[in-house]
Amino acid sequence: MNEISNKWIGERTIRPDGIDKVTGRAAFAADTSMPGMIWGKVLRSPHAHAVIKSIDTSKAEALPGVKAVVTAADIVDFPVDTPVPLGIQDMRWMCRNVLAREKALWHGHAIAGVAATSEAIAEEACALIEVEYEVLPHAIEIDDALAKDAPILHDFITFDGKPSNIAGTLEHTKGDVEAGFAEADLVIERDFTTRPVHQGYIEPHACLVSTAADGKMTIWSSSQGQFMVRAMTALLTGIPQSNIRAIPAEIGGGFGGKTIIYLEPMAAILSKKSGRPVKMVMTREEVMRASGPTSGSKSTVKIGVRKDGKITAAEGIYWLQAGGLPGSPIRGAVGCALAPYDIPNGRTLGYDVVSNRSKVAAYRAPGAPIGAFGVECVLDEIADKLGMDPLDLRLKNAAKEGTKAVHGPTFPLMGYVESLEAAKAHAHYNAPLGPNQGRGVASGFWFNAGGESSAQVNITEDGNVVVTTGHPDIGGSRAGIANICAELLGIDYRRISVLIGDTATIGFSNLTGGSRVLFASSIVVTESTKKIIATLCELAAKIWDIDPEAVIWEDGEARPAGANAGQFPPLTLEELAARANESGGPIGAGTQLNTTGAEGGFGTHICDVEIDPELGIARVIRYTVLQDVGRAVHPSYVEGQMQGGAAQAIGWALNEEYLYDKNGKVDNPGFLDYRMPVASDLPMLDTHIIEIPNPKHPQGVRGVGEVPLVPGPAAVRNAIHNALGIYFDDLPISPPRILAALEGQKAAAE
Amino acid sequence: MTKIHVTTTINGEPEEFLCDPNETMLDALRNRLGLTGAKEGCATGDCGACSITLDGTLVCACLMLAAESDGHEITTIEGMAEGENLHPLQTKFLESAALQCGICTPGFLIAAKALLDENPDPTETEVRFWLAGNLCRCTGYDKIIRAVMDTAAEMREAAQ
Ligand code: FES
Ligand code: FES
Repeated sequence: MNEISNKWIGERTIRPDGIDKVTGRAAFAADTSMPGMIWGKVLRSPHAHAVIKSIDTSKAEALPGVKAVVTAADIVDFPVDTPVPLGIQDMRWMCRNVLAREKALWHGHAIAGVAATSEAIAEEACALIEVEYEVLPHAIEIDDALAKDAPILHDFITFDGKPSNIAGTLEHTKGDVEAGFAEADLVIERDFTTRPVHQGYIEPHACLVSTAADGKMTIWSSSQGQFMVRAMTALLTGIPQSNIRAIPAEIGGGFGGKTIIYLEPMAAILSKKSGRPVKMVMTREEVMRASGPTSGSKSTVKIGVRKDGKITAAEGIYWLQAGGLPGSPIRGAVGCALAPYDIPNGRTLGYDVVSNRSKVAAYRAPGAPIGAFGVECVLDEIADKLGMDPLDLRLKNAAKEGTKAVHGPTFPLMGYVESLEAAKAHAHYNAPLGPNQGRGVASGFWFNAGGESSAQVNITEDGNVVVTTGHPDIGGSRAGIANICAELLGIDYRRISVLIGDTATIGFSNLTGGSRVLFASSIVVTESTKKIIATLCELAAKIWDIDPEAVIWEDGEARPAGANAGQFPPLTLEELAARANESGGPIGAGTQLNTTGAEGGFGTHICDVEIDPELGIARVIRYTVLQDVGRAVHPSYVEGQMQGGAAQAIGWALNEEYLYDKNGKVDNPGFLDYRMPVASDLPMLDTHIIEIPNPKHPQGVRGVGEVPLVPGPAAVRNAIHNALGIYFDDLPISPPRILAALEGQKAAAE
Repeated sequence: MTKIHVTTTINGEPEEFLCDPNETMLDALRNRLGLTGAKEGCATGDCGACSITLDGTLVCACLMLAAESDGHEITTIEGMAEGENLHPLQTKFLESAALQCGICTPGFLIAAKALLDENPDPTETEVRFWLAGNLCRCTGYDKIIRAVMDTAAEMREAAQ
């Protein structure tokens, strides 16, 4: 840490990709075209649950302009009894997600794809495909899926020895929960529900796939990982990875939702069959019907405390919707729920429940906001009953360095207590409230992540720098990397180009997700840059004919280490680059690592709301996010993550939900009726960055992006409780719910 | 379908093209004219990612027919900078990190410019309501609103 002088780290530099993004030049996936390109469209299931008895594509194929058709028969089948994990996914479910196989499992499930010379012809051809369905009863909500007579989605899933829609469980325990509750002076237990929420990225899924006559394939697509695109497309099409080059387009938002693929295997097969480049772009309606939101949930949370507020036991049982195929984020829910607290006796248990909705995908701290919601709401009630400040209650129980978490690990150095103390001291927390206003707080945790990353740093012949990494930049990570590389090399950040390589030009790099990108990529960039500095020092030593150990790198130039090393004028990066051939030749260094040392992140939110009792609207009027980020390499983009997470949390809390009709069809598949926060819904979102550097990272980075969603829904809910004295246990707390609760309150008073 | 011949002006340059009668301005810009700066987030007028101006008035290109541009002037994000010189809003968006993924940025810039052309001294509330038709899922709007307010202040100062 001490070696960092901080000329560039912590500076609000201009991002490397910025100009292209404010001038319209940046190429997102749907912005790429090719000569001879044709268009792909998808036929989707009109039923929420149906056996696919047959698919006849002959009429579609006969339509003039149609060049190829794809169905599940063209996709590699992964039998349901053999797990094939790939990251957090399982190819058994991915192959059935991309194209329905035995059954259509939700309304909008992809059935077939068509490529034609125009989008209109492709759509017309989709309508000509004849599918024979045997329509089955469907289950949308968790309670429907768990009911005694529930339709069973998959006959291969059993639970307690019986066919079931429970596809898996995960449990963490610590101590003796029953004994802990027996010791408590106050025990609060409540049931909660949260709704499935879509990531809401503004850019719909899109890809362009071109196949050459020799079978070599190029994929341009919008994803959170070009290597994931390559691996999944290869597995689902049977094409070797070496024949697929996946090029990451600029990505227009993902938030976890682009850690899986939908269109690429279809486009790959259509391109292979037709010999033409195929472009596929989802409509917003398709995004809403067929791509994964996060799970909806129900939960029961029970916490016991002594009179002084010390928690004696805590328990959270969670049921999470997986959608039509297994794989809800129960790990995040049961792992993160109790993590902020030092709990002697704790238990969390999660159930993965399938029902006839689109398969869920990762969404920002997957599962953690669901886990935190009930816990942070119950703590609010406990503080209320004990007459204790809610931040004091959290401080009394806060996890610290050395605390053994209920989910297993013993925490290292971290800044949770600092976030609570900063919240207590914050002007926001101490500001007066007006009529109909209320204030709430909540905290949250996310694991953060390391994993595989690759970087190549090259010195150009004119003495500038090109850095290539393997992670799509979803929110400014290139700017952070430029700062770090400039710091290490001691040169102006504008001399450094930071690029995202494709699968053919950079080594394997895992997904952009889990708040891992800056953490992991800065490790490999730092390693590569250090190797380059060593090379530059060796070159200078050779030129000066002194020992390499006697050369130091300072302010962008090689200098003799001290008087004993000799008297030489410094050699700049430009001078050394020009003389590279006098030593080892071109100057560059690559690093490929499986990075470790990511440490969890904690944050605390303060939210003020004002209720309009006539309309039932809860308006957020002030909001502050406080978070330990380890090290804010580029503070603007750190703040941006904190603000963006908070805004999404407000959407979860107040508005966002899918409405289903009785046939199991989403009734609000667009931005008008699926109401995400707009500018006029929100106040400024204040941020308070806490920096307790991660000792296991060269720059102290911890990871930022996930945590700011986790506490938010509970902070908003607790603020509404503070304003109205009413506990809302079901999200979203939309105007009809508030009006109904206010009427109930009035009726009770009369 | 018989195509329609359109004569229009785009970013100050004369332009002619053929389009289908039901083709949107957004599709014509993106798929025929190579101007992919305007984005399709929804195609239903709800996200503002496709914002352009028609004779100086802010419109959603996804809700306009390409044929309607005949005889009119269209401005897109590609026409906002003058050569290398960025518009003050573009510069301020960069300096204030008012974008994360950047898919919404062209729309916000076009919409914000239309606001400042009409009202050089908007309040925060006016900015928020003017931009309420532009969705951003990344930023929480904070830095976007500040960038627009700051640009307005600087442009007022420069005009004095
Ligand atoms: S694409 Fe035109 S408003 Fe969304
Ligand atoms: S910056 Fe990503 S949607 Fe606005």
